[in-house]
Amino acid sequence: MTDTTLDQSPPAISPEAAEEAWRRVQLARHPQRPRTLSLVAQIFDEFVELHGDRTFRDDPAIVGGPARLDGRAVMVIGHQKGTDTESNIFRNFGSPLPEGFRKAQRLMRIAERIGLPLVTFLDTAGAFPGPAAEERGQAEAIASSIRLMTGLRVPIIVVITGEGGSGGALAIGVGDEVLALENAVYSVISPEGCAAILWRSADAAPLAAASMKMTAAEQHQLGIVDAVIPEPADGAHTDLPGTAAAIKQAILGSLARLDRLAPEDLVATRYARLRGIGTVIEVEVSTLRAASPSLGSRLGRLLGLPAGAPAPVLEDDELDQEGA
Amino acid sequence: MKIKFPFSRRTGPTDAWTKCPSCEAQVFNRALERNHRVCPTCDHHFRLTATERIELLLDGGSFKERDAGLISGDPLGFVDSKPYPDRLEASRIRSGLPEAAIWGIGRIEGQPVAIGLFDFRFMGGSMGSVVGEKIARCFEGALAERIPAIVVSASGGARMQEGTVSLLQLAKTTAALQRLNEAGIPFISILTDPTTGGVLASFASLGDVILAEPRALIGFAGARVASGTVGEDLPEGFQSAERLLDNGFVDAVVPRSQLRVTVARLVRLLPVAGGVEAGNGRRAIRPIGVLQGLAKRVGGAVSETAGIETEPTPGSTK
Repeated sequence: MTDTTLDQSPPAISPEAAEEAWRRVQLARHPQRPRTLSLVAQIFDEFVELHGDRTFRDDPAIVGGPARLDGRAVMVIGHQKGTDTESNIFRNFGSPLPEGFRKAQRLMRIAERIGLPLVTFLDTAGAFPGPAAEERGQAEAIASSIRLMTGLRVPIIVVITGEGGSGGALAIGVGDEVLALENAVYSVISPEGCAAILWRSADAAPLAAASMKMTAAEQHQLGIVDAVIPEPADGAHTDLPGTAAAIKQAILGSLARLDRLAPEDLVATRYARLRGIGTVIEVEVSTLRAASPSLGSRLGRLLGLPAGAPAPVLEDDELDQEGA
Repeated sequence: MKIKFPFSRRTGPTDAWTKCPSCEAQVFNRALERNHRVCPTCDHHFRLTATERIELLLDGGSFKERDAGLISGDPLGFVDSKPYPDRLEASRIRSGLPEAAIWGIGRIEGQPVAIGLFDFRFMGGSMGSVVGEKIARCFEGALAERIPAIVVSASGGARMQEGTVSLLQLAKTTAALQRLNEAGIPFISILTDPTTGGVLASFASLGDVILAEPRALIGFAGARVASGTVGEDLPEGFQSAERLLDNGFVDAVVPRSQLRVTVARLVRLLPVAGGVEAGNGRRAIRPIGVLQGLAKRVGGAVSETAGIETEPTPGSTK
């Protein structure tokens, strides 16, 4: 960390840390980063892509279907980004609409009904937030996908291959084992979005990226990701077969562990895993209630207010009025 | 540095009137109170605190808060313009609340319910570890007692300062709801102004019945998130309760004056599956069934409160 001025507290994030986090974000978003369909072709021996949500239309931003992994059938679902401008427009840059999540739900139900393990690949900047998405129930589509996955009676292995962008990623990302490629990222909101809201400036995106601890290694430390899959030194885009082989090996390892669990144990273990996420401290209620008036009255006295007047508070602008 | 004196809307004589943000009429505060904080001129629904919401919905004095002493840790060591723990402390002082949601057990027209309520004043009702924990415990409490669950949402979404830990609260709360669904216990989701982001993209969209307050802002992407991500502003009114009703994502838009009677009616009409006993809040239905079978064999009788009574009943000779 470089010298800090006296009138402000030292920043929690050094410029070097912000730069490093941003480098990972750029690698996760690399235009040549292996896409789901390219990885599927390398990892699985057979694959038939299924289309459509049977209600509205087919969403090319999510792909999926049955595949053969080392001799056994599994169901694969993943986000699909394009590889050039034209295919990116066709794929909506990998940002699903509600019908994409509803297609995913259809494939999940097939997997459960016939007992196929589910393997998902996460690579999206996020669910599409435009008017068409709102009109067709983006929030409901994500929520019902999450609910379906929490109770699915087959093993679920999640691989974050590129960008794990918020609810659009989690909608196919509730798993028994969550793996991430070394340069993948996972976050509650895009660093640009976080920067726009909390720092009011898109320039703060690298700082936001580092603050959210969104790299695979940091997510592993937080316990959100179970294992990090190493990439070739210059990133996954430099070696598709090598990357795919590493992912395949990791999936097989996960599957071998999960195969030992009966369906009800899978669901119970998944519940316990999700239920344990969060940092919650239990304190005496009386200490919470007492804290506010005493500090308030202290501030009141300081500013010469009559006793009993409400405490003045510093205008905290409205930075925290919008979540993700 | 700006300093604001947040006199509560109802304290001083200087503050006896409130200007309606919708029709700009000056409304006498006592009239506003009497009208459940709905503008008498234009029907604008002012936001309610969790406490005001309890007074509106539940039988007087019936609410018993649970898990009031949960406060959040700082999983990321997050600092924006100030460290997250300082922001939490500032919010606690400003709002007088420990966190952005509460939950507890109460009664609505005599019927017991587990109810969770958001308070938008605390960090925009954002859902982090503690809010997720309380909502999950609300669903688990409803399951344990076999009583309906209600959540009144008012939230900007997931709390960014907790990163993916808050994202995963979507899955945590929804997993608890899934168990409630499987047990045949109804969940009524009430969407109030505003309900957006991660809260809407999880349990709030999954009510067996979803009610919304008139003209409430309800949507997946907050305006700044949407324009920051796709550079596209949503048309005016696109995320209103009425639009969601048209599009089929809420069951009814209910004026505040009708909310309590509507929820009470739904709780009566959607009973807990197989739960004749649901009304008295006992959870021992199945164990008692087992005991009764045992009692028949040993020739005793069973009382639900005392378990097996050893005195044989006349005539049971098997």
